[in-house]
Amino acid sequence: MKFAVLVFPGSNCDIDMLKAVEDTIQQPVDYVWHTATDLSEYDAILVPGGFSYGDYLRCGAIAQLAPVMNEVRKAAEQGKFVLGVCNGFQILTEAGLLPGALIRNNSLKFRCHPVELKVENANTAFTNAYEEGEVVTIPIAHGEGNFYCDDETLAKLKANNQIVFRYNGDNPNGSVAGIAGICNERGNVVGMMPHPERAVSELLGSTGGARMFASVLNAFASQAKAGAANGAGAR
Amino acid sequence: MKATVYVTIKENVLDPQGNAVQGSLQTLGFSEVSKVRIGKYLELQLDTNDRAQAEERVKAMCEKLLANTVVEDYRFELEG
Repeated sequence: MKFAVLVFPGSNCDIDMLKAVEDTIQQPVDYVWHTATDLSEYDAILVPGGFSYGDYLRCGAIAQLAPVMNEVRKAAEQGKFVLGVCNGFQILTEAGLLPGALIRNNSLKFRCHPVELKVENANTAFTNAYEEGEVVTIPIAHGEGNFYCDDETLAKLKANNQIVFRYNGDNPNGSVAGIAGICNERGNVVGMMPHPERAVSELLGSTGGARMFASVLNAFASQAKAGAANGAGAR
Repeated sequence: MKATVYVTIKENVLDPQGNAVQGSLQTLGFSEVSKVRIGKYLELQLDTNDRAQAEERVKAMCEKLLANTVVEDYRFELEG
């Protein structure tokens, strides 16, 4: 399974993301610059955190127009796996790949500390190695992670089981319904404010994020298996 | 032609920055300030004299980039 870690001017969690893939699941992974126009060789696309384009205009607003984002849209349509973390989540919402928007934390503070997350949906490509209702510790680091969507969108998120993670206990940013991460209807695109790539070793304070990488490897394996079965059926 | 674009946070969306500024104004004794909303002001110089076309294109700019209509409203004025 081959991973791409997108790099925009101002990304700063790209190295952590790449190392997390190498350390947790030992799969090939490349940095891919924002000007790339072909992602066909990759099975999963990871959009890391940071301050792409200096957060000019709005977080993720300029990055969503980078050439590579058209390829991310194509990959998502093809059912490839896409994960946006922190600024990556902001970029995916701005790009319309995920609903809602991320606005200023209600405290106005940049919050940088571990949080407890409750796994609400353990059926997505990135959470299948967790138990539903399980609580994991993963750090956050953001000033604009306050997830907002209107009531209609929230009802849809709930009905389709698109809420992936909620903050357990204290809500650090004022997000609607305590939402920390969501997915698209198909479950192959996930966005979250907490940083799983910073929680892959006890040395980092937690291993709570490691199974997200194991999950996507599982998802890829079952996709390949289903593909092979379908192929055999067609013949 | 010049376009002046105002991007504001939707009425039903929390504006923590505006709330903080309101608090500070009250601290300064401006107790009559019951609400503050903070937005963005953009000036665009357009190389066109076609008002109808400018109207249509600035609207598209707002929808596609200048405002995030999930959380923001926009309005604009054209002059010249």
